[in-house]
Amino acid sequence: MTKDETKKLVLEIIADIAPDEDISNLKGDVRLRDQMQLDSMDFLDIVMELRKRHNIEVPEADYMELATLDSCAAYLAPKFAALGK
Amino acid sequence: MNTATHYDVAIIGAGMSGLAAGIRLAHFGKKVCIFERHNAVGGLNGFYSIAGRKYDVGLHAMTNFVRPGVKGSPLGKLLRQLRIDRDEFALCEQKRSRVAFGPHGETSLTFTNDFAVFEAEIAAKFPAQIDGFRRLVALVKIYDDVSLAAQPESARMIVRRHVTDPLLEDMLFCPVMYYGSATERDMEFGQFVIMFKALFLEGFARPFDGVRVILRVLLEKYRQAGGERRMKCGVQRIITREGRASSLLLDDGSEVIATHVISTIGASETEALMQAERRQDAAVHPAGRLSYCETITVLDRQPAALGWGDDTIVFFNDSAKFTYAASEAQVDTRSGVICMPNNFDFGAGRELPEGLFRCTCLAGYDRWAHLPEAAYRSDKARWYAEIQRSAQRFLPPLPSPDALTRATVATDMFTPRTITKFTGHAGGAIYGSPVKIRDGRTALTNLYLAGTDQGFLGIVGAMLSGISMANFHILQARSPAQT
Repeated sequence: MTKDETKKLVLEIIADIAPDEDISNLKGDVRLRDQMQLDSMDFLDIVMELRKRHNIEVPEADYMELATLDSCAAYLAPKFAALGK
Repeated sequence: MNTATHYDVAIIGAGMSGLAAGIRLAHFGKKVCIFERHNAVGGLNGFYSIAGRKYDVGLHAMTNFVRPGVKGSPLGKLLRQLRIDRDEFALCEQKRSRVAFGPHGETSLTFTNDFAVFEAEIAAKFPAQIDGFRRLVALVKIYDDVSLAAQPESARMIVRRHVTDPLLEDMLFCPVMYYGSATERDMEFGQFVIMFKALFLEGFARPFDGVRVILRVLLEKYRQAGGERRMKCGVQRIITREGRASSLLLDDGSEVIATHVISTIGASETEALMQAERRQDAAVHPAGRLSYCETITVLDRQPAALGWGDDTIVFFNDSAKFTYAASEAQVDTRSGVICMPNNFDFGAGRELPEGLFRCTCLAGYDRWAHLPEAAYRSDKARWYAEIQRSAQRFLPPLPSPDALTRATVATDMFTPRTITKFTGHAGGAIYGSPVKIRDGRTALTNLYLAGTDQGFLGIVGAMLSGISMANFHILQARSPAQT
């Protein structure tokens, strides 16, 4: 899976947990938190949806890797690859 | 078949908080079952039918209403966490509400979902207080009301630093207390902040069909997520072993085992389940003392057709001081709340098929609890008339003295006894214990409280309570030091 595909999956999750946010113009290198109203409850949901939908575990120590779309892609793409996706 | 089943999470009570917790947990793959003693969901915010008419139990208005696009609100958080589209609740906003004080409501403050209206009213009626009021509002806005570690402070003391007119002080406390305070006379400032925001800075709304719309949405989400529920099947005992809830003994005599238990039935009520003999009085946690009577009058026309205008909610008080305390008499009719559900803005040409006039007053549980049936019925009839008479002083006069009677097609009334009978809440205490347990912890390591006694208020608060306890204790599963 490419980094762009990974980003797309993350965006799908964000669209479902925060349907009231406009995600069409999110910048890849700016913290998600600074572009949208996302609190710690929402980040917890991103982590749990990754586990539920894609069997991907994000340990708490790695939560900061999900700060931006680019960092999400860099962090998650190898995890998807490891699952053969 | 073996009825003893294992669940990841057992939830006691299918009210707003139990359903919300259940949705979260089931959505994230937990095997969850909700046990509810009653035959209907909703708890303190359910509905019931008499002679084909559906009545809401508790809900006058959903507080915490904000319009779409407002960020960081409790309502927004709730919708996200439960994956509910706000259109599913189809909320309709209030028209206007009032706080009316004096023997006939001589001093009146109107408020709507637009806070500027309330602010302008205070500037006009209490010009010397408006600067202090604005300072109070600024403080409320920055106060961290969701902190689990805040030190309790007296709301009266803090409000008085800014608002020095005792009449205005009481007029601010009356709605805030009636819509959520479990403590008498004063409240904890954090609780005041939550309610002030919920009522004045946010606002009132309701679905056209009332609370059942919200419950239907919650039930559907819960079912879709794979949650189970057992109705007419309460928990009669929590069996403890080595500081844990090891199993639950159900009303039907069977036992279930659960890794985690969330109890939404109240703190003292939960403690009573842990004791070998069920003794409410032996509970460590104090039960609440504030209970209510409510009259419900169904009219053959809209309330406005009786000349009552378009008030949605009226908070009233006739006395020099506003006393929010357990009623010594069966009912304390000096103050109360009027709700006319017809006066939400349901959209052009859309109105409730019948008129509804609801009046709520403080009531003394002990004076109702043990009455023989005949005396209970006759006292109900007597107080029904007294409550209505009291409330009408704060509405425009009727066109003729018997206009209300002639327009009435059905009546109902609940008392503190009704509340305990149908919800199991000790002392008829709708807002539960005066002592709230914000982190939901109990004496047992795998048993957590959600709902009324966890301390988030209103129906949005109730749902957020279930959500946050499910997140904090089960989904997130880390120690509070790390949060």
